[in-house]
Amino acid sequence: MAKTLMKGNEALAETALRVGCRFFCGYPITPQSEIMEYLSWRMAEVGGEFVQTESELSAINMLMGAAAVGARAFTSSSGPGFSLMQEGISYIVAADLPLVVVNVMREGSGLGNIGASQGDYWQMTRGGGHGDYRTIVLAPAGVQETSNLMAESFDLAEKYRHPVLICSDAAVGQMVEPVTLPELREHDINKYDWALRGCKPGDEIRTIQNVYFLDEDYENHLRQKYADIEANEQRWESIEIADAELVLVSYGISSRFCKEAVRNARSAGFKLGLIRLITLWPFPVKAFAEVSPSTKAFLSVEMSTLGQLVDDIRLATGCAHPVDHYGSMMALPETKGIIGKAQAVLKKVSG
Amino acid sequence: MKYKSPEAIAKRPTLFCQGCAQGIINRLIGEIMEELDKVDKLIVTTDVACGAMNVIVWDYDTIVGAHGRPLPTALGVKKVRPDCVSLAHLGDGAAYNIGLAETMHSAIRNDNVVALVANNCVFAMTGGQMSATTLPGQRTPSTVNGRDCKATGNPFRIENAIGKLDIAYLARGSVDSVKEINKTKKMLKKAFEKHLAGEGFCLVEILTPCPTNWGLSPLDSMKYIREEVVPVYPLGEFVDREESTNA
Ligand SMILES: Cc1ncc(C[n+]2csc(CCOP(=O)(O)OP(=O)(O)O)c2C)c(N)n1
Ligand code: SF4
Ligand SMILES: [Mg+2]
Repeated sequence: MAKTLMKGNEALAETALRVGCRFFCGYPITPQSEIMEYLSWRMAEVGGEFVQTESELSAINMLMGAAAVGARAFTSSSGPGFSLMQEGISYIVAADLPLVVVNVMREGSGLGNIGASQGDYWQMTRGGGHGDYRTIVLAPAGVQETSNLMAESFDLAEKYRHPVLICSDAAVGQMVEPVTLPELREHDINKYDWALRGCKPGDEIRTIQNVYFLDEDYENHLRQKYADIEANEQRWESIEIADAELVLVSYGISSRFCKEAVRNARSAGFKLGLIRLITLWPFPVKAFAEVSPSTKAFLSVEMSTLGQLVDDIRLATGCAHPVDHYGSMMALPETKGIIGKAQAVLKKVSG
Repeated sequence: MKYKSPEAIAKRPTLFCQGCAQGIINRLIGEIMEELDKVDKLIVTTDVACGAMNVIVWDYDTIVGAHGRPLPTALGVKKVRPDCVSLAHLGDGAAYNIGLAETMHSAIRNDNVVALVANNCVFAMTGGQMSATTLPGQRTPSTVNGRDCKATGNPFRIENAIGKLDIAYLARGSVDSVKEINKTKKMLKKAFEKHLAGEGFCLVEILTPCPTNWGLSPLDSMKYIREEVVPVYPLGEFVDREESTNA
């Protein structure tokens, strides 16, 4: 297929349809509304179902029903609406159901604001709802990657029978870039035997519920599932880390400024590198094994006040190096600012 | 007359207390599915409350939904598998307290799902606390001196909330006697028939006893329904659209 110019949110929505998603439900909230607006007319064209729900609570539970009977289904939200979905996501994890939830991150806690920000890293990678769980989290940094990861998200969800979260943000969701989309295809709702469809007396019944307390092996099943995901699904992009003095760690919109910072710093003789996270969970710890002995420090670059990546970088590096943070929840990172902060960190380390 | 229990009702021990009427409701569902020849089409979404214990009683494909949200879940099921019978099975607390927004909007959208609300006037599963339908003066663990309607509002009647909406069917039955059980079965059957005809939202509330939390014997619980509950929650059909206009 030829390249077209598309907004991140719309490319995401169109991609979902093209890989066989035929059910969407959601509630308006900026900056994700284009996803539901687009699907409100487009879903019918491919014979799917669209519901504008009364709330995000309703949306996540409706999605659970659609996924339980075998559909490829997703919903999207942002900030407060994504928070409202957490109980439902916890149920969906407990029920081993594959589906996709998109969070186009906005700014701040509470109502916050509609601008780009990256404050939901902790919420998205730690579980977010109640109980022992984590979800696979994919973080695109542009429109093409939004489409690629959206397409892959359903496969991953089905592979592990587990929800997958897409961690987008207002900038990635709103930007317009050229994109090549996958070809349109259908998904068979009877593809997986676990999908509910009704049964005759004598058939084996299918039940979607939290019956783990009845199943002796449930905890082993859980441990194995999470271990498999951690072993198989780490995704990242490393740039110029072979000889870097300091490695930036970033994702989503912030990582684009980091790439420019690496280029600019290197042309001035300052050896910066970058690990761009594509999966936020599983955290790409494998990427850090490739970091060179010449690296003296790490700098997280994210649109967050508190620096939510810092702890994970420390863990991934065995606390062997200083880890600092650059970024604001209210402003895009600046290339110059990244380089300046990196220099200051290195000075402190060697001074 | 020889009684034969519905095939999909398994012969396993249940977890219900003595005198609980969940079993009666199960039998009605089972009989109706056989009469309509839809046993293999039924997909139920239950709430987490006492109704969820039905999962070990019946042999239907079942989702145990989140507390108060079986209705949107049942709609997700119906949208993806339009030829199935999609039943949301809730208690009064689920349908009228925590999930009232979902109940209202299912009715407003005239969702093509059947809601069965087992109204025992309490949050049975969590120990019998006050729900929206607790009777005036009724003692519960959260209304130890009896429900004070000045402070907590009056008993909630679903017909006052959705009775004027463009839905397919709304009725209330009881299980306190054979006569009422038979009437309730007719209501439920009509709801499923309308559902299969694509007419839209059908809600059947069934007054049920909770001997455990009411502190009454099974027999006295049935008497309590007749003498105390029915006067507050009148039985009958409130909406029975010929053909709903926006189904
Ligand atoms: C979000 C949430 N809040 C509270 C509960 C605890 N809870 C479980 S069942 C229930 C009440 C159920 O009452 P009702 O719907 O009337 O069903 P019954 O047990 O009476 O059949 C409550 C409060 C829960 N599971 N989830
Ligand atoms: S607590 Fe009440 S509603 Fe629940 S099973 Fe026992 S009698 Fe039935
Ligand atoms: Mg109740």
